[in-house]
Amino acid sequence: MDVTQGVLAGDTRAIARAITWVENGDSRGAELIRCVYGSTGRAYIVGLTGSPGAGKSTLVARLAGLLAAKGHKVGILAVDPSSPFSGGAILGDRVRMFDVALARNVYIRSMGTRGATGGLNRTTRLAVRILDAAGFDWILVETVGAGQSEVDVHDVAYTTVVVMAPGMGDDIQAMKAGIMEIGDLFVINKADREGADRAATQIESILQLSMATGWHPPVLKVSAEQNTGVDRVIEAIEQHRSYLVQSGQLDVLKVRMAKLDVLEILKARLVDMTKTQLDRPAVQAELNKVVNRQSDPYTLADSIFEQSWRKT
Amino acid sequence: MEQKIRVLVAKPGLDGHDRGAKVLARAFMDAGMEVIYTGIRRTPEQIAEVAVQEDVDVVALSCLSGAHNTLFPRVVDLLRQKGANDMLVMGGGVIPEEDVPFLKEHGISEVFGPGTPLATIVEYIKTHVTREA
Amino acid sequence: MDDRESLERLKAAKLRWQQHVDKVPEGKTGKAYSDCATSSGIDVSLLYTPEDVEEMDYMHDLGFPGEYPYTRGYQATMYRGRLWTMRQYAGFATVEESNRRYKYLLNQGQTGLSIAFDLPTQLGMDADHPLSEGEVGKVGVSVSSLADLEVLFDGIPLDQVSTSMTINAPAAVLLAMYIALARRRGISADKLNGTIQNDILKEYSARGTYIYPPAPSMRIINDIFAYCSREMPNWNTISISGYHMREAGCTAVQEVAFTLADGIAYVDAAIKAGLDIDSFASRLSFFFNAHNNLLEEVAKFRAARRMWARIMKDRFHAQNPKSMMLRFHTQTAGCTLTSQQPDNNVVRVTLQALAAVLGGTQSLHTNSRDEALSLPTEDSVRIALRTQQIIGYESGVTDTVDPLGGSYFVESMTNRIEEEAWKYIARIDDLGGAVKAIERGFIQQEIQNSSYQYQMEIESGKKVIVGVNKFQAHDKPAMNLTRIDPTLYEKRHEELAAMKARRDMAKVEAALARVRAAAGGDENLMPAIIEAVDVYATLGEVCDVLRSVFGEYRPDASF
Ligand code: B12
Ligand SMILES: Nc1nc2c(ncn2[C@@H]2O[C@H](COP(=O)(O)OP(=O)(O)OP(=O)(O)O)[C@@H](O)[C@H]2O)c(=O)[nH]1
Ligand SMILES: [Mg+2]
Repeated sequence: MDVTQGVLAGDTRAIARAITWVENGDSRGAELIRCVYGSTGRAYIVGLTGSPGAGKSTLVARLAGLLAAKGHKVGILAVDPSSPFSGGAILGDRVRMFDVALARNVYIRSMGTRGATGGLNRTTRLAVRILDAAGFDWILVETVGAGQSEVDVHDVAYTTVVVMAPGMGDDIQAMKAGIMEIGDLFVINKADREGADRAATQIESILQLSMATGWHPPVLKVSAEQNTGVDRVIEAIEQHRSYLVQSGQLDVLKVRMAKLDVLEILKARLVDMTKTQLDRPAVQAELNKVVNRQSDPYTLADSIFEQSWRKT
Repeated sequence: MEQKIRVLVAKPGLDGHDRGAKVLARAFMDAGMEVIYTGIRRTPEQIAEVAVQEDVDVVALSCLSGAHNTLFPRVVDLLRQKGANDMLVMGGGVIPEEDVPFLKEHGISEVFGPGTPLATIVEYIKTHVTREA
Repeated sequence: MDDRESLERLKAAKLRWQQHVDKVPEGKTGKAYSDCATSSGIDVSLLYTPEDVEEMDYMHDLGFPGEYPYTRGYQATMYRGRLWTMRQYAGFATVEESNRRYKYLLNQGQTGLSIAFDLPTQLGMDADHPLSEGEVGKVGVSVSSLADLEVLFDGIPLDQVSTSMTINAPAAVLLAMYIALARRRGISADKLNGTIQNDILKEYSARGTYIYPPAPSMRIINDIFAYCSREMPNWNTISISGYHMREAGCTAVQEVAFTLADGIAYVDAAIKAGLDIDSFASRLSFFFNAHNNLLEEVAKFRAARRMWARIMKDRFHAQNPKSMMLRFHTQTAGCTLTSQQPDNNVVRVTLQALAAVLGGTQSLHTNSRDEALSLPTEDSVRIALRTQQIIGYESGVTDTVDPLGGSYFVESMTNRIEEEAWKYIARIDDLGGAVKAIERGFIQQEIQNSSYQYQMEIESGKKVIVGVNKFQAHDKPAMNLTRIDPTLYEKRHEELAAMKARRDMAKVEAALARVRAAAGGDENLMPAIIEAVDVYATLGEVCDVLRSVFGEYRPDASF
C-alpha cells in the first residue's frame, strides 16, 4: 500500500496508517506530511470542548450525520485522556458515534492524550493535516472532557464550540477563567433536561461582560440525544466561518496555524534531542553534580542545549 | 515518541455478556495499550470498519453466546476485503475446544477460554504484535 | 438479649480474650487475624458475641416468620409446609427439543418450569431476521410465534405447572402468547401460575437484552401490572433481579441495594401511573444470586427481606402485609463455576444452594457442572437437580425455620449488609432514582469497578479459585458437551415461511395496526398484543411496531 497516494485518494486504511505514523513520531509520518502538505488548507476545522459528559461526542456524531447527509466528507478526531500511570487509555468517545461510524463519507479516529495536558494529543494538529489532505471538507476535533486549562483546541480549530450541560452551574462559574474566552459559540446541550434556560442565561450574562468585538458568540440550546437544534449549530458555525472570511480573520488564523505546525514539530524535535542527550552517560555524571548541588539545572540545560544544537 | 499497541475489544452478534470484555479492556489499558471498546451487539461489518479506521494492531473478539463460528470468520473476511491483513485477530469466551481448529483455519490467531489469567493474554499480545514501528 | 450487667461482664471477658489472641502468631492460611473482609468489603472479625448484636431488638428487627419485617422468612412454616420450587432454567434449540427437556425435568421431580429463550427471541427478533444468523437456538429456545409456543408446551398442563419465563423487553408479547395458548386450551388467564422476568432496568445495567428506551419500557411494564392485577391474580408480573448484576460482577451489598432500588423505581412508576400500591405489590417477586461466601449470602437474603418490608411499609405506606413480603427465586452463581476441573462445580453449587435454602428462598435453580463449557447436558442437569433434592430431603436444614437466625455472626452480618445497602439506596435516591442512576451510568460503573477488583484479586492470587489459580491439574477429563445444530437458522426460516403462508394476513395487519394505535396512545397494550399474537402475528412483527413508535435504546458503554 502506498500510504501517501492512498491518503491523497482518500483511502481509509491509508489515512488510518498515516495518522498512526505521525502519532508514533515515525519518520515516515514526517515524510508523508512533507508530501501532502501542499494539498491541505481546504478543510474547515471545528473544535469541540467542554466539561466531561456534556455530550460532546453525541453532538459530534449528530453534526457529522447532518453534514454527511448534505454530501460533505467529515473527518473526526476524538481525544480521550491516557492514564498517567500506565500510558494506556480506553478511548470511549467512539461508542457514542456508532450510528455514523459506518456512514459513507465519515471517518472517525480516537486518540489518547499520551501525556499532553492541553486536552489534545501533541500530534492532533498533524492528524488534522492528514484528514485535510485526504479531502475531508469538515474536520471535527473533540477534546477530552475539559475543565479550564484544556484550551489547546483553540490552536487547532477555526471555530471552537464549547459544549455544556445544565445542572453544571458550579462548573460554569469555574469555567469563566479559561474556556469562556475560547468559545466562538456555546452549546447548552441536554436541553431536554431541566435547567437549560437558566444555564443559557448565565452564559449570556457572562459573555456580556466580555470585551469581544466583531463576533458575538451565540448561545444555543440543543439536545444532541434527541437530535433537536443540531442544524442551528451548523448554521452558527457557518456564520462564524463567513465572519472569519469577511473580516480577514481566517487568513490571520491560517498564518497562526502554519506557525504552530512548525512550532509543534520543533518542539517534538527538541524534546527528542534533549532526551537523547539526557540519557548519555556523560550527562549522567553532570546530572549527579546537580543532585549533589555542585551544579544547577540551568547550567546543565545550557550545556545540553548547546550540544544538541551543534550536533544537528 | 513511543509506539503504542492499539486494541479493538469487540462484541460481535447479539451476545450481551460483557463482563469479560470490559475486564479485558481495562487490563489492556493498565498494560499501557490504547483500547477502543465497541459495546455489545455489533455486526462484523461495524467491527471491521472500526478496526480499519482506528488502525488497531489487535482485534479482540469476545463471544459467549455460541455464535463464534458464524461471526469470527466473517470479521476476518471483511478485514481482508478491506486489505487489513496485518492485524492480529484473537478470540475468546465460551468456545468449545473442538471449534478452535476451525477458527484458527479462518484467521483467528488464538482462542482463550474462561479462567485464562489476564497476564497470559497481555503477554500473548505483546509477543505477537509484529507490525513494524 | 442479655441484660446490662452480663453484657458488661462479657465485654470485660472479651477484652481479656482478645489480648490473648493478639499474642497468637499469624495464622497459617495467611489471613491475618485483623484483616479479613467479605466480597462487599465488610470486615469479618475472628469471633462474634452478644456484644456485636447489642443494639438488635428481636421484635423490631427479626420478628416471627410470616410476620413483619419478615427477616426470618415470609411464611410461618417455611419448608415444613412445602419445599421451595425446584426450577431448572432450561431451553435450547427447537421447541420440540425443549419440550422434551421440560418433560424430562418434570419426570425427574422438578416442580416448576423455567424457560430460557434464545437471543433473537429475547431481543424481539424472529428466527429469520438476518441478525439471527448463528444465534438461533444457541442459548435458549427459539420462539417466533404462537405456533411455536403450541409445540413448546405440548402435553404440559398449563393450569397445573407454574411457568417462569426469562423474558424482558418483549415480555408483554410472550405473556400474550401464553395467555392466548391457554385460552385455546380452555384455560382462563386467572388459572395461570408463573412469572415473567419483565425487569428492564437490570437489562440496561447488567444483562443487555434491552430494546426500547427507559420511558416506554416502564410504560409497557405498567401496562402488564395493570392488566395482570385484573386478569391474572396468581401471576408474578415481574422478577426484580439482582442475579444478573451480581453475575456482571457487583458485590453482595450492591446486589441488594441495586435490586431494591430497581424495585423502588417500578413501584414509583406504577403509582405515578395511577395504580394502587396494594393492587400490584403482592405480585412483585425478586431474583437473587447465591454466591460463594456462604454466611454472607445467608445474611444478604435476610437483609433484603427486612429492607423490602420496611421500604413498602415506611416509604410506600402499603397496607396489605402481602405487599411487604419479599418472595424470591435464587440461582447459584454461574460466574464462580470453572471450566477447569468441572466436577468441582458440583461442590460449589451445593454450598451455594445451601446458602439459598438457609436464606429462605422460594424457588431455586442450581447450575450444572458444565456451566463454563456449554449449555448443560441432561446428565449434568440431573446432578444439579439432585443436589437440591438432597438438601431438601436429606440434610435436615429444612426442619426448622431460619436455622441461622440468632447467630451472632449472621445477625451482625445481616445488619451490616443492610446498613451498607441503605447508603447506596440513599445515593441512588440523590441521583433521582434507579432510572436516572442507570441513565448516568452510575450503577454500571459500580458494577464494573467491583468486577475488575474481583478479577484483580484472582489475578494476584489473593482470592483463591480452586483448580484455576491454585491446585491446578493438567489432565482434562473428556466431557460430553451440548452441541446445537448449526443449521437451525435455515430450518427455522422455512418453518416460519410456512407458518406465515398459512395465516390470514388481513387479520394480522389489522391487529398490528391496533397495537400501533395502542402504543401511540395510552390504552393498555396487553389486549391489542394478545389479539395480534392470537392471529399469529410474530414476535418480531409486534416488536417492530413498538420499535417504530418507541424508538430504540442506545447504551452508554462507559468505563
Ligand atoms: C456472567 C454470566 C452471565 C451474566 C452476564 C453479565 C455480563 N454483563 O457480562 C448474565 C447473568 C447476565 C448472563 C446471562 C445469560 N447467559 Co450467561 N454466563 C455467565 C457466566 C456464568 C460467566 C461469564 C463471565 O462473565 N465470566 C467472567 C469473565 C471475566 O470471564 P469470560 O467472559 O469468560 O472472559 C475470560 C475468558 O473467557 C477470556 N476471554 C473472553 N473473551 C475474550 C476475548 C479475547 C480476544 C481474549 C483474548 C480472551 C477472552 O478472557 C477472560 C479472562 O479470563 C457464563 C458461564 C461461565 N462460567 O463462563 C455463562 C454463559 C456464558 N451464559 C450463558 C447463557 C446461555 C446466558 C443467557 C443467554 C441465558 C438465557 N437464555 O437467557 C443469558 C443472556 C445474556 C445476553 N444478553 O447475552 C451460557 C452460554 C452457552 C453457550 N455459549 O453455549 C453460559 C456458558 C452458561 C451455560 N453453561 O449455560 N450470563
Ligand atoms: N438527556 C440527554 N443526555 C445526553 C444528551 N447528549 C448526550 N447525552 C448523554 O450524556 C452522556 C455523555 O455523553 P457524551 O456524548 O459521551 O459526552 P462527552 O462530552 O463526549 O463525554 P466525555 O468525552 O467523556 O467528556 C451520555 O450518557 C449521553 O447519552 C442530550 O442531549 N440529552
Ligand atoms: Mg466524548
